[in-house]
Amino acid sequence: MIRDPIRAGLASGWKVTDASALERDLVLDADVAIVGTGAGGGVTAEILAEAGLDVVLVEEGPLKSSADFRMAEAEAYPQLYQESAARKTLDKAITILQGRNVGGSTTVNWTSSFRTPEATLEHWRERFGLAELTTPALAPWFERMERRLAISPWSVPANENNDLLRRGGEKLGIATAAIRRNVSGCLNLGYCGMGCPTNAKQSMLVTTIPAALDRGARLVCLARAERLRLNRGRADALECRALDARGVHATERRITVRARHYVVAAGGIGSPALLLRSGAPDPFRVLGFRTFLHPTVISAAVMPNPVHGYAGAPQTIYSDHFLERGAVDGPIGFKLEAAPLHPVLFGMTLQGFGEGHAEKMKTFPNAHVLIALLRDGFHPGSPGGNVGLRGDGSPVLAYGLTPYVWDGVRRALLAMAEIQFAAGARDVLPVHERARPYASWAEAKAGIAALPLEPLLTRVVSAHVMGGCAMADVPQRGVVDAAGRHFQIENLSVHDGSVFPTSLGVNPQLTIYALTARNAVGLAATLTGRLAGAGA
Amino acid sequence: MVSRRQFLKFGLAGGLLLAAAGAARAQTGYRAASGADRFEVLSDDDREVIAAVAPAILAGTGAAGARLEAIVGSVDRAVAGLPPHLQAEVKQLLALLASWPGRRLLAGVSAPWPQASRTEVAAFLERWRFSGWALFQQAYHALHELVLAAWYARPDSWPEIGYPGPPVLG
Repeated sequence: MIRDPIRAGLASGWKVTDASALERDLVLDADVAIVGTGAGGGVTAEILAEAGLDVVLVEEGPLKSSADFRMAEAEAYPQLYQESAARKTLDKAITILQGRNVGGSTTVNWTSSFRTPEATLEHWRERFGLAELTTPALAPWFERMERRLAISPWSVPANENNDLLRRGGEKLGIATAAIRRNVSGCLNLGYCGMGCPTNAKQSMLVTTIPAALDRGARLVCLARAERLRLNRGRADALECRALDARGVHATERRITVRARHYVVAAGGIGSPALLLRSGAPDPFRVLGFRTFLHPTVISAAVMPNPVHGYAGAPQTIYSDHFLERGAVDGPIGFKLEAAPLHPVLFGMTLQGFGEGHAEKMKTFPNAHVLIALLRDGFHPGSPGGNVGLRGDGSPVLAYGLTPYVWDGVRRALLAMAEIQFAAGARDVLPVHERARPYASWAEAKAGIAALPLEPLLTRVVSAHVMGGCAMADVPQRGVVDAAGRHFQIENLSVHDGSVFPTSLGVNPQLTIYALTARNAVGLAATLTGRLAGAGA
Repeated sequence: MVSRRQFLKFGLAGGLLLAAAGAARAQTGYRAASGADRFEVLSDDDREVIAAVAPAILAGTGAAGARLEAIVGSVDRAVAGLPPHLQAEVKQLLALLASWPGRRLLAGVSAPWPQASRTEVAAFLERWRFSGWALFQQAYHALHELVLAAWYARPDSWPEIGYPGPPVLG
């Protein structure tokens, strides 16, 4: 039996409330209320609780743990993801994978850990006045979180799905490198996206949140933060609604948290949406704008030998070749990674239906999938999307795919096909409604050049929602300052990926951890009246 | 960039379709699932649409007979787990397709769903897949995802694609 640290913690007396079971309304008083339990909320909770502050965490999703994680897509997507993993942009052209559970996306991500690239920080310093965010200044925060979450090089050989990227790249002179992972005692199973069944992944669920709960923090799950009650530049209370056990419908029960300080960490869609619902002051119309996604396109190859893309650590090799060959604000660059294959996600993602689709599915064991993550937000041709609210208050992201982005999509589909053929692919199928399996690089080159690149024909996905509450030096171009403090609401901070002024060009978890650690240590010092120490 | 103004216009176009679907639903008479049956959110009419669309989407797989019936149940449960705004969209789409004008004029399917041939259903799906109107393309993708997810979530679909299922932990 694998020990389930969450069930053990609950048995030891953690103060966890399942709001779906509430029989009456709840009012909680605390030093700090944190909305969200993902990368931002988890790190904030641990640091503030360690500083002796009384913390309440509010999470929209359920508390699930290793005993629940049975590596089944049919269970994982509805339980652990926003909108059952069917969240899409307003025009439904981009599918967005985001976690919704205690631990947020860190419970279901693929463990890829990168520091923020210097080119990204340099752009932030120059264009957004974030002078403090230098590589040397952030290094101690990265080191601190890398230690905390066991982020280290992965010594097990890459699975075939990843190694094909390495081998194809090698043939073409395209440099690849190993991805660091936040795991401890990983069994190399390959089901990270459905929740780690062995607690090897050092997600917030098994690290910072248990640490905060051990120190007396309170957690309310299946509770949706509806609005902050604002009054003359201050937040007075956080008003929440309980959800039913499945997390679908709101119940009649309300939860109110009254705190000295509020930390919003609900992610790139949830955080701006909460502030919009709250009627937060937005004098320069920046709130909810400039949301970035790393729009991601997909290339599926059939290899002569079995790949077994469902088995083994899902992401261990990457290439930044196509990010590094141009300026950050030149033609859009992209990062190449492999993506794990599981029947539901693969079946839903592959284009077409009927016999053609079924035939393609029969190549599943030999299928190899590469993805290209486009670095959006660094060029006027990539202004990103904006978060708005539906009539029922739920958030929706409108994201226009611009000609600047489409240019990168075509180059990315070409690059992936060329690498897959170099690695020995029998055929390559760009995931696009008008594409067919191409039997050679020459055929693929001509086919991809002719594809109409349009929404709903080209499959575009995202697992990285960033921006919407951007950091900046002045309120004219940001929602929060470099410390994460809201420009207009004095007792409010934002600690998550929504504070990024652009996308990153790397998987975002480690940047969120490090920036949040920095800002949470600063906040703890302010709230306790003690000076921040060296922190790291 | 999609401005807030365009955002509103898009919302309006979507709203018009939903209004049309709502009218269609009123016209055909919505039959709620009776307390005795196992379905959570889909009506009898909704289920007829799924039952007609699934064999076309899953042609070439082993989905037939009792497995197809089970897929309709899986789609129902999947829809019941979606947030309310998405449930409403799916139910409105199915109500639209179940209505006479929806089926005949928009989908171009002449026979009532239970009698529609697989070829005729496939032709409708193909038209919507490549439609110049985004709303039809969106609807195609919704049907594509619901049916394929329901099928490939089933362990009995795995042998034919060579997926051994998740490892067994000791």
